[in-house]
Amino acid sequence: MTTAAPAATKRNRAAGLLGRHPVGMILAAPYAVYLAVIFAYPFGFSVWMSFHDYFFAAPGAVVDHPFVGLDNYKAALTDPAVGQAFKNIVIFLVINVPLTTGLALVLAVALNRVVHARTFLRVSFYVPYVTASVAVVGVWLFLFNSGGLVNSLLGPLAPDPSWLVNEGWAMPVIAFFVTWKQLGFFILLYLAALQNVPNALYEQASVDGANGWQKFWSVTVPAVRSSTALVVILALITGANLFTEPYLLTGGGGPNGASASPVLIMYQRGIQQGEPDFAAALGVILVLGTLVVAYINRRFIEGRD
Amino acid sequence: MRRWPNVVRYFLLFLGALIFLFPFYYMLIGSLQSSPDTSVKGAFPTSGLTLDNYKDINERVDLLGSLVNSGIFTGGVLLGTVVFGTVAGYALARLQWRGRGVLFALVLLVQVIPFQLLLIPLYVLIVRGYGLADNYLGMILPFAINTTAVFVFRQFFLQLPDDLFAAARLDGAGEVRILWSVALPLVRPALLTAVLLTFIGPWNEFLWPFLVTKDADLQPLAVSLANYISNVSARAANPFGAILAGACVLAAPAVALFIAFQRQFISSDIGSGVKG
Repeated sequence: MTTAAPAATKRNRAAGLLGRHPVGMILAAPYAVYLAVIFAYPFGFSVWMSFHDYFFAAPGAVVDHPFVGLDNYKAALTDPAVGQAFKNIVIFLVINVPLTTGLALVLAVALNRVVHARTFLRVSFYVPYVTASVAVVGVWLFLFNSGGLVNSLLGPLAPDPSWLVNEGWAMPVIAFFVTWKQLGFFILLYLAALQNVPNALYEQASVDGANGWQKFWSVTVPAVRSSTALVVILALITGANLFTEPYLLTGGGGPNGASASPVLIMYQRGIQQGEPDFAAALGVILVLGTLVVAYINRRFIEGRD
Repeated sequence: MRRWPNVVRYFLLFLGALIFLFPFYYMLIGSLQSSPDTSVKGAFPTSGLTLDNYKDINERVDLLGSLVNSGIFTGGVLLGTVVFGTVAGYALARLQWRGRGVLFALVLLVQVIPFQLLLIPLYVLIVRGYGLADNYLGMILPFAINTTAVFVFRQFFLQLPDDLFAAARLDGAGEVRILWSVALPLVRPALLTAVLLTFIGPWNEFLWPFLVTKDADLQPLAVSLANYISNVSARAANPFGAILAGACVLAAPAVALFIAFQRQFISSDIGSGVKG
């Protein structure tokens, strides 16, 4: 401290404290504040709320929110509607995740080699992704109602009661809807991954006498494995976030709650019925569940050699 | 031998494309029919098309007003993302400052925190705490800076050659000056990609604006159309016609923008943005 020139020391010390370009702090500050206010604080607040007795009070009223331990969690976990909603989400994921991953990869591989009508084909698969759910729900309602086009095509094979009011079919239809809606985005992810697969691998496989199908299984699938892990996790998160479809397509999670999702229950209990503490606990459970499933998948997909 | 798989591939791809596009075609046709014809022949009408359904939905949902609300909501998010997102992306990619690593870790973390966990606390804070129900600011706030866009910006700034920055620094340019006159002009294509990516979020968003707007005059089109579907449609003369007409109006801007700029959705750009 005593040996160096004072000005340089000051500068060095500032650099040590703030980094070489302190202006970066100012540039990033609005975004950092945004993250703190919109993500970090509500995140903490949500966890806090789930351990307390929280309810909506009249504006300005000072009310007590006593600590209640795990009561909200107990209430959420023993609620039959919540159990049903989680069962529904499992049905949704079992259909949606494999279908999304498989179709997206196969279509991306097919699209990657296409020379003719490239733009038309890609745009066709992406369009549902860029369109509002609310808009396309309208046309699915029209297609799948009891007197809709799908039933007139199927004639006597049409399920009775019809798709969206049938306890067995409501959730699968939602799973197909979401697969169709989101597939374009996942095709895009796989197309990006396919650009990084070295051609030499395919040439080597050809030399070894592999046919197209064998190349797909032994070269393409392992080469895009990290993207597959990402696709599975993003599809899981989309599934866990399900709200618009059960709210609109099946009229609020009907029939008899057969298509209710956890987020729909969070909305109904937390906001409509004024039990935000219950909904916050349900949210924490949902996120923990998603993380556990995502972690297992990641281990399974990335760790298998 | 090589021709066969190719023919099969094109056949399957075109078949898939038709399945993907059919609901959009049917949406348009359904919106133009005076009464719903759900027979197979009804999907290919030759006459009797009318714009009455658009008049009908416009009487129940203020289409123009809702579109303006959607526009303000989306515009606010775009403005926040472009102004604050670019500079944050630049600071994360090109500048050394204390806390950069922490912020970047947060950026990654935010992408795995699902919105549903924040739903209730954000509602309590914004609607009950700040009194921003039925307010554009309350609508925009949770989406104000799109994290995926920050990511895309960071990737693009990282890809610029180091020499460029070294040269500008040697010439005595300050960091803000380098951002403004060297880096930003070079990432203009990324800006368009990020704007398009960001656009579809708020334009299509339903859950949050649905929670914060009870006043019909402030609702974006996705919300007013959804309310029409769940509440009023039972009483309309041709409910499906009116729903589909509204759906066409809601879908058209996003689809048109996407088709016009589809080249910006280059796979590698978005892939790199998402994968980091």
